[in-house]
Amino acid sequence: MTDSGDLLHVVTNDDIPRRRVVFGRAIVWGSAALLAGIATAQTLDRAGTLDLGFANWRPTLYAYVLWAGCLCWGQVLVRGEQGKRALFVLPAVLFVVSLVVFPLIFGLIIAFSDWNLSSPTGRKFNGLDNLRQMWADPFYWNALRNMIWYMLAIIVEYAIAFGLALLLNSQIRARKFFRVAFLMPLMLSPVAVSWMIGKSMLEPRFGPLARLARFFGVENPSFFESPEMARLVMMALDAWTYIPFMMIMILAGLQAIPKEVQEASRVDGANAWRGFWEVTFPLMLPVSVTAILIRIIFKLKLADIIINVTSGGPGGATDSVTSFIFREYRDRSNVGYGTMLAMVYLLLIVIFMTVLMKLLDRWMRPQY
Amino acid sequence: MTDAAASPQIFRDSPHDRPPQLAWYASRLAIYGMLILWTVICLFPIYWTITTSFKMAPDVMKGNMVPWWDYTPKWLGWRSLGLSPDTIATGSTVRAEFLGRFLNSAIISLTSSGLAVVLGSLAAYGLSRFSYRFGYMRNSDISFFFLSQLILPPVVLALPFLVLYKELALLDTRIGLILLYTLTVLPIVIWIMRDQFAGIPAELEEAALVDGLSIWGAFATIILPIALPGMAAAFILSLVLTWNEYFFAALLTSTYANTLPVMVASQTGSQGISWWSMAALSFAAILPLVIIGIVMERYIIKGMAAGAVK
Repeated sequence: MTDSGDLLHVVTNDDIPRRRVVFGRAIVWGSAALLAGIATAQTLDRAGTLDLGFANWRPTLYAYVLWAGCLCWGQVLVRGEQGKRALFVLPAVLFVVSLVVFPLIFGLIIAFSDWNLSSPTGRKFNGLDNLRQMWADPFYWNALRNMIWYMLAIIVEYAIAFGLALLLNSQIRARKFFRVAFLMPLMLSPVAVSWMIGKSMLEPRFGPLARLARFFGVENPSFFESPEMARLVMMALDAWTYIPFMMIMILAGLQAIPKEVQEASRVDGANAWRGFWEVTFPLMLPVSVTAILIRIIFKLKLADIIINVTSGGPGGATDSVTSFIFREYRDRSNVGYGTMLAMVYLLLIVIFMTVLMKLLDRWMRPQY
Repeated sequence: MTDAAASPQIFRDSPHDRPPQLAWYASRLAIYGMLILWTVICLFPIYWTITTSFKMAPDVMKGNMVPWWDYTPKWLGWRSLGLSPDTIATGSTVRAEFLGRFLNSAIISLTSSGLAVVLGSLAAYGLSRFSYRFGYMRNSDISFFFLSQLILPPVVLALPFLVLYKELALLDTRIGLILLYTLTVLPIVIWIMRDQFAGIPAELEEAALVDGLSIWGAFATIILPIALPGMAAAFILSLVLTWNEYFFAALLTSTYANTLPVMVASQTGSQGISWWSMAALSFAAILPLVIIGIVMERYIIKGMAAGAVK
């Protein structure tokens, strides 16, 4: 990936007629003016100064889409060949910006307001009250602490995934069958999994895993009563779904290592154990780091299984931040406070990921 | 001659040609043992769900596991969904609801994955071939901007979107979910496709351009066919993620645009003793992806492996 200059060198003689440029500028600015006009009209309508009878903000949305389309077309009209190149990236950029940046700004406004959807008073700006409430909310801190536990579980997941990848990479028959079987958990919807395993297989009376536990001599097996056990079960369920993901990435890494390297280490007299730790594992470090980073990113979004199996219980022991905020909205319609919690979470994630990437960068660099 | 017999053997069979030894058998046994153990861990929940959907209350309580051996399969669970042989012809409100949710899930996941692959492939192609400058942002910044969307947790967007969609009358519509799902899978698609396009030499398009094709013509006729397997991988991975998505669907839909996971989740609360119907529903919800997983395994692995290895 180069930053300087195009990889693809194109020589074009762009003879763009003056009228085309004017027309291109005209549609871009015209549609922008239309968008601004409609948005202003709607704002005034909402504020009550004008009575135009808008039911919702759809007209503004349509004007925005029209403007976005005109902007793309205008690029080609005004800038010719360069515009055609910009057209590759522009739609995606516009899409992401409009769906992320606007809601984020909007979310910031919500975060600093007292807004309960079920109360009739509507939105009120309340400054830093939400932050103060968050500071004193033991359940939020508890959820954050749980996230640390869930993060630590990744180490175990990684070890298992690496082991499975090594197994799949060894000389075995029916490799395709095992690969498909190992991949299966990833395909299942977490919601279905939370019934299939969380609610039925772990059911204390009739569930097969409870029967298995009783067979091994556990009296009255219960998986969701003690906080530690419940958290462990949640970790295991989440691990079960996502281990295939890491396994596949590591397997791809293993298959990319040339056979000669391992053969050379064997010729040099390394046994399997030393060969693994001194040749395979170091070679796999970059892949491992990528796999773990992606896994961390997915883990930070952990919610579906928790919402559906324990809904955070017992006593918030299994709550992740996402599931906590989900319930904050579902049970209390507390949009303002929930958004503030989410924003703080985002901030923490950004700091955490930045520090992590910087550290990894420093740690990995000497090896290249 | 005499010391040749006494000297140690010089030419040995390579380890592969000698008969296997005990250690070899032991390691084989350990490897296959672990493989089979993990296969059981992976597949047993699916097996359990299928068999439970054919059980009756006493079978569930007695913990019978193997059909035809310790219990007789009954269509109980599937009858409550309206999908058993004797109810398939008659009308059923549950089946109508199930099929409606199924259709919603199918439309939403297929459309959003398609949209994400189109937008993402174009962007990834552009980023891999040209150098852009949007203000101070250069190629690597734009790439980072797209990929950084991955770390954005859904909760941050969920509540603003809830309010925004309410204002835009997009709440509880398929379009609303499609837009949001496209957004969530777009970074992954760009990540996979950037890798794919980087592997295609730029000389291919240069030749096409010399022959008089425009950039978009070269992209459509030369690059697209080569990148198609990669796009299939990105599409299928997106399909898996969007089909299974629950969080946004639970928040942003209520009656009309519900997806299958929302229906499963709403039934989970009232599970009680009707395990068979829950099992049937869960199994019907995971079946499409189980089939895709078996048939398209190659593409899923390709998609996930992209970017892992440089």
